[in-house]
Amino acid sequence: MSRSGPDTARVAATPDADHVLPPAEAMLWAQDLVKTHRGAETATHAVRHVDLRVDRGEFVAIMGPSGAGKSTLLHLLGGLDRPDSGRIWLDGQRVDGLSEARWSLLRRRTVGIVFQFFNLVTNMTAADNVELPALLAGMSPRQARARREELFAELDLEDRARSTPAALSGGEQQRVALARALVNEPGLLLADEPTGNLDSRNTRDVLRLLARYHASGQTILLVTHDARVASGADRVISLFDGEIADDTALHAPADGPTTVADVLRLKG
Amino acid sequence: MRLPLLALLAKEPAHGYELKQALEQTFGAAYPQPNIGQIYVTLGRLEKNGLIKGQDIDQSNRPNKRVYEITDAGREELAAWFAEPTEGPRVRDEFFMKLVLAPGAGGSDRLALINTQRRHYLNVMRGLSRLAAQDRDNRVAQLLIEGAMLHLQADLDWLERCQEELD
Repeated sequence: MSRSGPDTARVAATPDADHVLPPAEAMLWAQDLVKTHRGAETATHAVRHVDLRVDRGEFVAIMGPSGAGKSTLLHLLGGLDRPDSGRIWLDGQRVDGLSEARWSLLRRRTVGIVFQFFNLVTNMTAADNVELPALLAGMSPRQARARREELFAELDLEDRARSTPAALSGGEQQRVALARALVNEPGLLLADEPTGNLDSRNTRDVLRLLARYHASGQTILLVTHDARVASGADRVISLFDGEIADDTALHAPADGPTTVADVLRLKG
Repeated sequence: MRLPLLALLAKEPAHGYELKQALEQTFGAAYPQPNIGQIYVTLGRLEKNGLIKGQDIDQSNRPNKRVYEITDAGREELAAWFAEPTEGPRVRDEFFMKLVLAPGAGGSDRLALINTQRRHYLNVMRGLSRLAAQDRDNRVAQLLIEGAMLHLQADLDWLERCQEELD
């Protein structure tokens, strides 16, 4: 990779920047990511020198106010947007310099993504939305169907298979999107405000499902403004002005409240 | 404790232990287990104030039990309770005091204070999520937990505002 501009000095200061290997436990490893959005007259520093590591099996949440760069960071990590500089490894493979075509392949097999607005294909049934990426990844129609049926059973969508997205509730659409993201058993699940467009009850359902997939070993990185969602993660990263302001492992619930009254008392 | 007990007795007469069970069933595991001693003390006080009246019932082989019913004065007190708006939890200002006063007072920097507070809220939120998962069938408990969660979310949002404004 070639670099230029003010970042060169920073990168050069890291010994053997281009020869480091990601730790074996890291499903995702990003170093010194920088992304600036350039408008007509202004430049917004959306992501400023972010280092991030997510280990296999971890569930990490990124929080922060709107405009903090959360979604931009997630888009960089999923190859939906390109960093100005910095390095990204996914499942041991260096990916920041990959072409769009190679990224498309990665997003089919290695990274599953769930979006706030579901992004389902509107003129296809729920079942086809999920089976298509499986077919594209090389599954036989029979396998794709079996895998889709398995996911729909887990996600309580069995009687929605023939519906188009418009006929589904927001919660159902997001569960279909989750099935689509997971159909090829990606090493990493990325989620961008997955409950941002859902009511309380559907938020709870999606949370429960994420917790269940996490418990079975799924690595998850999600961006959220909802602390309920973030509190399901093992670790919470706070992003502020494009930089990591805090990175904390959440405690075992033993030191949390044991009753709601404890919480109300805490709050006075 | 006084007014919830009055409210239960307005429905039907009961003795102390029945009131404890009624509270437990209504609020579920999310609410603290009412202490039977505290219930008896409260009932005694309510009776002294004329808001309920008790009557001893003989029981063979066991001590008498005292069954209480609400009085007219008790109903009036209860009606006044229901008629009044309730003071909500206020923003606790101790953290805000720390945040404003720490710089220059040799305290931690503001970001460290905010991060400590945020970690605390997130861990409390995690505890609440666990609690919600335990008592899933009790709608009253679920609503209580949801209320506590929404308050916490507001506290977290406010921390972000503090971070933005005081940076």
